[in-house]
Amino acid sequence: MTEPAPILLEVDHLTMRFGGLVAIDQLSFSTRRGEITALIGPNGAGKTTVFNCITGFYKPTEGRIAIVHGEPQMWEELDALTLKGDRKLALANGALFLLERMPDYLVSRQAKVARTFQNIRLFSGMTVLENLLIAQHNPLMHASGFTLLGVLGIGGYGKAERAAVEKARHWLELTDLIDRADDPAGALPYGAQRRLEIARAMCTDPVLLCLDEPAAGLNPRESAALNELILTIRDRHDTSVLLIEHDMSVVMEISDHVVVLDYGVKIADGRPEEVRNDAKVIAAYLGVADEEVEAAEAEVGL
Amino acid sequence: MDVFLQQLINGITLGSIYGLIAIGYTMVYGIIGMVNFAHGDVFMVSAFFALIAFLVLTSWIGIGSVALALLIVLLVSMVLTGLLNWAIERLAYRPLRGSFRLAPLISAIGMSIFLSNFVQVAQGPRNKSIPPLLRGEFVLSDAGGYVVALSYKQIVVWVVTALLLAGFWYVVRYTPLGRAQRACEQDQKMAALLGVDVDRTVAITFVLGAALAAVAGTMYLMYYGVISFADGFTPGVKAFTAAVLGGIGSLPGAVIGGLLIGIVETMWSAYFSIDYKDVAAFSILAITLIFLPQGLLGRPEVEKV
Amino acid sequence: MATQQVSIDDATREAGGGAVRRAVKDAAIWGLVALGVLGPLVGLHAVQDIRGFLRLDGRWGLLAVLVGLVVAGSLFGSLVVEPWKERRARTRPKAHPLAERARVGFGRWFPPVAIAFVAVYPFLALWLTGFSGSIKWIDNFGIQILIYVMLGFGLNIVVGLAGLLDLGYVAFYAVGAYSTALLAKEFGLSFFTLLPLAGIFAALWGIMLGFPVLRLRGDYLAIVTLAFGEIIRLVLINWVPVTNGYAGISGIPRPTFFGIPFTASSTGFAKTFGLAYSPIYRGIFLYYIILALALLTAWVTVRLRRLPIGRAWEALREDEIACRSLGINTTNTKLTAFAIGAMFGGFAGSFFATRQGFISPESFTFMESATIVAIVVLGGMGSQIGVAVAAVAMIGGTELLRELDFLKAIFGSAFDPTQYRMLLFGFAMVLIMIWKPRGLISTRSPSVFLKERRAVSGSLVGEGRG
Repeated sequence: MTEPAPILLEVDHLTMRFGGLVAIDQLSFSTRRGEITALIGPNGAGKTTVFNCITGFYKPTEGRIAIVHGEPQMWEELDALTLKGDRKLALANGALFLLERMPDYLVSRQAKVARTFQNIRLFSGMTVLENLLIAQHNPLMHASGFTLLGVLGIGGYGKAERAAVEKARHWLELTDLIDRADDPAGALPYGAQRRLEIARAMCTDPVLLCLDEPAAGLNPRESAALNELILTIRDRHDTSVLLIEHDMSVVMEISDHVVVLDYGVKIADGRPEEVRNDAKVIAAYLGVADEEVEAAEAEVGL
Repeated sequence: MDVFLQQLINGITLGSIYGLIAIGYTMVYGIIGMVNFAHGDVFMVSAFFALIAFLVLTSWIGIGSVALALLIVLLVSMVLTGLLNWAIERLAYRPLRGSFRLAPLISAIGMSIFLSNFVQVAQGPRNKSIPPLLRGEFVLSDAGGYVVALSYKQIVVWVVTALLLAGFWYVVRYTPLGRAQRACEQDQKMAALLGVDVDRTVAITFVLGAALAAVAGTMYLMYYGVISFADGFTPGVKAFTAAVLGGIGSLPGAVIGGLLIGIVETMWSAYFSIDYKDVAAFSILAITLIFLPQGLLGRPEVEKV
Repeated sequence: MATQQVSIDDATREAGGGAVRRAVKDAAIWGLVALGVLGPLVGLHAVQDIRGFLRLDGRWGLLAVLVGLVVAGSLFGSLVVEPWKERRARTRPKAHPLAERARVGFGRWFPPVAIAFVAVYPFLALWLTGFSGSIKWIDNFGIQILIYVMLGFGLNIVVGLAGLLDLGYVAFYAVGAYSTALLAKEFGLSFFTLLPLAGIFAALWGIMLGFPVLRLRGDYLAIVTLAFGEIIRLVLINWVPVTNGYAGISGIPRPTFFGIPFTASSTGFAKTFGLAYSPIYRGIFLYYIILALALLTAWVTVRLRRLPIGRAWEALREDEIACRSLGINTTNTKLTAFAIGAMFGGFAGSFFATRQGFISPESFTFMESATIVAIVVLGGMGSQIGVAVAAVAMIGGTELLRELDFLKAIFGSAFDPTQYRMLLFGFAMVLIMIWKPRGLISTRSPSVFLKERRAVSGSLVGEGRG
C-alpha cells in the first residue's frame, strides 16, 4: 500500500446549534489531497450545514475547520495559529487557513474553497459565459485596476478578459455547454444547469470543490457523465472534491473516502467498501432495525 | 414630571392614530408582501369623507348630538374608505400580483400621487377646518401652574381606538376570515389549493385596513380639526415606520410601534426641538432597522443558503 | 384549423349573451362604487364662506358625468378590451425569438439616431419657433427632461443593475445642489470647479449612508433610504443658519462660457460675439452641458457594465448568495453601486443649482425620488434606452399639460389644466405598470458573448431583493 496523500482539510470537533437544536455535534473528519470524499447520511443529518460551515455561510458554534495550501508541513503551525487568533498564515512554502474565522467570500477568494448549491443558484438572467466570468471576478478586478483604469480603457484589461473567456471556454467544453454559451443560464435544462454550476465553481480555481448533491434530479446518462466530470476534475485539475450525495451509485463508484452522518453525529468514516458493509450505516441509512438489515440490503442490491 | 405626563398623554393619542394606520400597512405587507404606498393617502381621503359627512350632518340635517354625529361620521367614513380601497386594489394592484416585485410598488406610488392630487382638484388646495368639537378636559394636576389635562377628545381617541382594535383582533384571530388571511400569509398557493379564495381574502384585507385608516382619519379630523390634501404623506410614512419598528407583519407590533413613534415625537418636541421631531422619528426607523432588522415583535429572518 | 376557429367563434357568440349580462352587472357595481366614493369627494364641495365656516355646494352634474364615465369604462373594458386580449393571447402564442432579435436591432440603431436628434434639438427648436418661442422648448422641455434622463441613468446603476431599491435618491441630488450653492457663494468657485466637487461630496454621502444600511434587504432598504432622504430634506429646512431654511439660497452664480457671462453687458456673450442679446444663448449653453453630463453618465454605465464590477452588480441582483460563494465582497460591490449612483445624482444636483440660480428644500421632496424611481422602473430596469424614453414620456408628457390652455375655451376660463398635471402623472404610472409591469424594455443585453449577442428575455432576469 502506498503512502496516503497529505491532508487538505481538517474538520475538528465541529458543532453547530440553532437555538436548542443541535444540527452537528462534535464532528471531526478530514479530506486528503487529490481524493474525492463523500459526505453521506439520511435527510436532515446535517450534511448541508457542514457545507455551510466549511464555506463560511454559517459561523459554527464550536470547532475548527482548517485547510492547507502547499507543503503539508504547514499543519505544524495549526495550534500556534489557532492560539494567535488570526485567520490565516501564509509562508513561502504554503498557507494555512482557519475557515471558521473567515467570512464567506474570503473562503472562496483566499482559501480557495468553491461550492455548488443543493437548489441550483445560477445567475439565471445572465448568459452561461457571463456566469463563468463572474466567477473570475477577483482576478479581473485586479486587471481592470479596480474599475478606475478599466473605465478609461487603460491597462491590460482587454487581455485579461480574453484570457478569462478562454478559461471559460475550456470549462464549457469539458461540461459540454459550449454551444449554449450565449444562452441565458435560466433557459438551460436542469442537467445542464447542474454542470454549469460546477463549471462556474471551477472557474474560481479552487483547491477544494464542495458539491451539494450534484446528481440530484439527473437521469442515469447524465449521472454517468457527471461521474466522469468529477473524476476529471480530481485527476487533471489538482482539485480535491468533497461531495454530498444521495445517489449511492455515484458515491460508491467515484469516491475514495466516505464519511457518514446521522443526526449530526459521525457514525462511520472509511473507504467505500468498508462503509457499505457497516451495519450501523445500513441501519441509519435505510431506517430499519438491525435484524432487518439483511433483508433491506438484499432489496437495494448491496 | 408634569410635562412628561402631559406629553405622554399627547403621545399616546397621536400614537393611536399612527397605530391604526400602521395596521393597514402591516396586514397588506403580511399577505401580499407589498408596501402599500398609497395607504397614507387613503387615510387622508378618509378624513375628507369624515369632513363631508360631518358637514352633511350638521349643516343639512342638523343633528344636535355630537356623540351620535361622531358615530355616524365614523361609520360612513369606514364604509366609504373600505369601498375606495377595494376599488384601488382591484384596479391598481390585483393585475400586478405575482408579477415583477417593483411593479406594485410603483403602481402604489402612482396611486398615492393620484389620490392626493385628485383631492386637491376636487376639494381645493386649502386647509379645511371644522369648529372644535368636544371642548372640555379632566385636569389631572395643576401643581406649580403647569396644568396636566386629559381632554375629552383624547379620551374619545383612546376609547375608539381600543374598541376597534379589540374588534379587529377578534376578527383576525377567531373568524374563518382571519384564518384564511393567516393561511394566505403563510403560503398563497397552498391556501388556494385548500379552497381559500385568495382574491377575496386579499380584497377583504384591503377593506379592513382601509376601515381602520378611516378610524384614524376621523379621529385625526376630530382631534386636530383640520385636514388638507397633503396630509397623507407624512402620517403615512410615520405609520409605515411604526409598522417596521414593531416588526412588519405583526399586528400587535404595529400598534406598539405606533405608540412608540407617537410618544417619541411628542417627547422630542417638548424636550428638544419641535423642528426636528420628524428627524427623530425617521432616525428611530433607521436605527431600528440597522440593529434590529426584524423589528420589536417580528420573526427573525433566517438566511436560507 | 379553420373548423376549430369557427367553433371557437360560435362558442364566443353563444356565450355572448352571458358575457353582456355579466358586463352590465360589473358596470353597475362599478357605477355604485364610483357613486359611493366620488359622491362625497366630487358631488359635494366643501367651500369656505365669508365667515370662514365650511359650507357644502352640490356638483351633481359633474358627479353624474364622472360616474357615467366609470360605467362606460367598465363596459368598454369587459366588452372590448377583455375579448381583444383573449383573442390576442390565442393568436399570438408567445414572444418568439425573432421578435427578441428585432428588439436587439432596435437597441443598435436607436441610440445613434436619438443622440443625433438631441444634438441638433436646440437649433431645430430655434428654427421652428424663433428666438422667443424656443426658450420654452429648450429650457422647460430640453433641459428639464435631460436632468431627469441623467438622474434616471444614475439611479439605474443602483436600482436597475445592482437591484437595490433606493427611494431616497433625491438626497444626493440635494447634496450636489446645496454643496454647489454654498461653496459658490462662500468661496466664489466657478461651476466647472464645483461640478466634480459636488459629485465627490454626493459619493461620500452615498458611502456614509450606504455603509450601515446595505446589509438590509428588500423593502427595508427602500424604506431606510426613504427615511434618509426625508432626514436630509428636514435638515435643509431646519438648519437655517447654513441653508436659509424654506427661503432657500438665491443668487447662485450662473455658469460662464469660458469666463464670458451670459449677460446683456458689454463683456457679455452676445456682445463679445457680436450678436443681439437674448437669454436663449444661456439656455442653449446649459442644454449642451446637461446633454454632455447625461451622455457621460450613459457612457460610463456602458463601460461599467462590461467591467467585472458591472457584472458583479448584475450578478448581485440575480443571486447574492451565489456571489458570495464566488468570492465577491458583496458589501463593497453594493457600496460602489451606491456611491457611483450618488455621484451622478450629485452632478445633476450641481447642474440644477446653477441652472436655477435658486434652490430651496421644496425641490427635493420625496416626489422627486418617486419620479426618478418610476422612470427607471417604467423604462425597464437596467435598460438605458428605456430610461431615456420613460423620462421623455413622463416629464415631457407632464410639461406638455402646461400647454393645454386651449382647453379653457371648452371648459371655461376657470379651468386650469396645469392642476391636472400630477393627477394624470400618477394615473399614468398606474396604467403603464399594468400595461408593462417590467417596463418598456424588459430584455437584457448580455455584456459579453462568444459567438452571437442574443437578448435575454425579461422573464429570466432577476429583480434583486435589496
